[in-house]
Amino acid sequence: MENLLSVQNLTKRFGPVTANDGVNLEVRKGEIHCLFGENGAGKSTLSSCLYGYYRADSGVIRFKGEVAELNSPADALRLGIGMVHQHFVLVSNFTVLENIIVGSAETGLFLTKSDARRKISELCENCGIRIDLDREIWELSVGEQQWVEILKALYFGAELLILDEPTAVLTPQQSDQLFRILDGMRKRGLSIILISHKLREVMQSDRVTILRKGRAIATVETSETTAEAITSLMVGHKVNKHVRDRSVEPTGEVLAVDRACAIGEWGEDILKDVSFNIAHHEILGLAGVAGNGQKELFETLMGVRALSSGGFSLEGELITKPTSREMLDRGIGFVPDDRFLEGLIPEFGTAENLILGWQRAREYCRGPFLDRRKMDALARRKIEEFKVVTASADLPVERLSGGNAQRIILAREFLHSRGLLLANQPTRGLDVAASEFVYEKILEKRASGFAVLLASEELDDLLRLCDRIAVIFKGRIMGIVRPEETTLLELGMMMAGDASDVQRTVQ
Amino acid sequence: MLELMQGPLLISILAAMVRIATPLLFSAMGELVTQRAGIWNISVEGTMLLGAVVAYVVASTTGSPWLALLVAVFACALISLIMSFVTIVLKAEQFVAGLALNLLASGLTLFWFQTYVIGREPPKFAGFEQVDIPFLSDIPILGPVLFSQRALTYVSFLLPPLVWFFLYRTRYGLEVRCVGENPKALDVKGLGVGRRQCLAIMFGSLMSGLGGAFLMLGYSDRFVPDLIAGRGWLVVVAIIAGNWMPFRIVGAIFIFALLEAVGIHAQVVGVAIPHHVFLVLPYVASLALLAGLRSRTHQPVALGVPYSRE
Repeated sequence: MENLLSVQNLTKRFGPVTANDGVNLEVRKGEIHCLFGENGAGKSTLSSCLYGYYRADSGVIRFKGEVAELNSPADALRLGIGMVHQHFVLVSNFTVLENIIVGSAETGLFLTKSDARRKISELCENCGIRIDLDREIWELSVGEQQWVEILKALYFGAELLILDEPTAVLTPQQSDQLFRILDGMRKRGLSIILISHKLREVMQSDRVTILRKGRAIATVETSETTAEAITSLMVGHKVNKHVRDRSVEPTGEVLAVDRACAIGEWGEDILKDVSFNIAHHEILGLAGVAGNGQKELFETLMGVRALSSGGFSLEGELITKPTSREMLDRGIGFVPDDRFLEGLIPEFGTAENLILGWQRAREYCRGPFLDRRKMDALARRKIEEFKVVTASADLPVERLSGGNAQRIILAREFLHSRGLLLANQPTRGLDVAASEFVYEKILEKRASGFAVLLASEELDDLLRLCDRIAVIFKGRIMGIVRPEETTLLELGMMMAGDASDVQRTVQ
Repeated sequence: MLELMQGPLLISILAAMVRIATPLLFSAMGELVTQRAGIWNISVEGTMLLGAVVAYVVASTTGSPWLALLVAVFACALISLIMSFVTIVLKAEQFVAGLALNLLASGLTLFWFQTYVIGREPPKFAGFEQVDIPFLSDIPILGPVLFSQRALTYVSFLLPPLVWFFLYRTRYGLEVRCVGENPKALDVKGLGVGRRQCLAIMFGSLMSGLGGAFLMLGYSDRFVPDLIAGRGWLVVVAIIAGNWMPFRIVGAIFIFALLEAVGIHAQVVGVAIPHHVFLVLPYVASLALLAGLRSRTHQPVALGVPYSRE
């Protein structure tokens, strides 16, 4: 099979950081080629170079056998390279049609839309995409917005389509539908570069190129390899995935949420009759597509957001008007989903961040002043215990990687909490090793008797870690299931709001 | 108050409304295109003033109002490059840049006025004359209100439909709106965001200059430093009140103009309400409108946000 695209020795530096270091890549005509690697391995940089968004410092890119000068996205589009960005680049109050044709010279000065409409309908038919071209983007589901992004690229005549983590925001069903569309495109001779870190998707591709620390480590035929082999290639060593210890049984009740409701700025329901409980030695997973009320649930439990009705009890004590000070004093640990915005003060050092919320506690103070010596001693201890890589305890934490920042948050929350840990997306954006460290620490807390609420978008992780999984959709709990009694399919349907067959709640 | 509703006075009020509205229409349509491209250029007041000053100088030295108009427009287009450089290249805060231009314009004008105008023989120049359109100007009421105006007034009637057509029916209009909503959406298709914003700022600026020059040449025979007297700010308010939609902005401007016209005539007739109440009303009305509008706003999403890749 001929190569549509070949990249030789591509290097891209950002200041002192080498994001791509002599990368070689070959993409055949009519294949789905996966770029697989951890965060920071250089996947997105490589694709941005291929799309002309960044200029490579050195290296040769050949497209259809000829050297391609990619100085801007316009060059890439002219050659037939299209890109679907991870964060959709759509104008939300334009129609589907307008989003597709804007920037194209084909419609002429006075926007003759009929030809464009015909061409797009044809593309839709060929790919099996069904979409109303006259709806505005904000009316569409996330999945449909993805089709618009794909249509945009195809309308401009893309023969090579680059998809950057296309399924990060999709339910498993929507992701299956995406793959059916991609498969249809492959059969019509289009090539697809798929950037992903989800193994389930990687295994549906034809070939995989594994990137590690900016280098292309290997390219393998997917049919001739296994998920485990790819993962260890990606990390560079064998990964030990933690699972919960089934010999420890949940007992008693730490947190019981009873028909909690919250109302948003426009009077809409953000949380509607949310009820669940968590026992000692139990991790309750919270699955859902981002933006379905997870963040708000955590905020109400922490007393940051007001409940409109309902309440919850903690260790048997009823709480209806929680305040954040009270919840901290009751020993609730909270890991927010946005590390640098809500979890830490980026300009502060490790020592200061470690005592946030407890700066008035007698143990860190001497009279009205902070006791720097005690704070530094604490920082040194925690840096060692949690293996934080930092130059010093005073270095602003904004200079640390996501994984190290998360370790500081965990250290703080574990230090001050007793009994209940609330963790919202604690591994978002972390690489495999850093994620496993977080999970290991959370499992230690479970073993010591903590009740844990763990929200994550990684269903595979929830399935191996949690005692039960609650699925949230539009602020409602669609059901609570045991991992051993459910499937990805069932979870996916509940995440999409379809609970007709699976409405059940296990205690 | 009732005497204001009588025939001849009513016609006079309506004619004054059209007269007051038309310079604002030029500035507003220009500023609308600028804002639709995502640039919140609040230097309308200063740019109008600059247009008026240049027009005064050229008209009083050459005697040709049309040449004066042309030079004023050109000068304002040129001065817009400062705004473009500061906001697009340096990516500075657009409000601050706009404020600075306003202060610069009023400061320079005062300096020039103190040094070269005060205490000298006021130069004589002919401004724009009234042009009666044959037959149409004889229609009762409508004739004197709409068809006995300056030539540029008739141009200003055509402007809103033209701007609407540009924004909603042409390729470049779609691109301008796209830049205001989500500049990256255009950038990833390989089209320059900065170039479009620069042209939009330039268009807005030259239209503001046209408005200022028209105000000078059409309706005054001598220059005063507060010639613009807040009309540039009124334009910015009209755009918000008109929810960034061309014809609603026209509506807002005519309402503002009507209030001012009524205010002027109330003074003449001797109504007991102070003149200033009518001047304040547009701003009060806009504030009320804004408060009620916040969920259904058509304000461009990326308005005022400098664009850069990552």
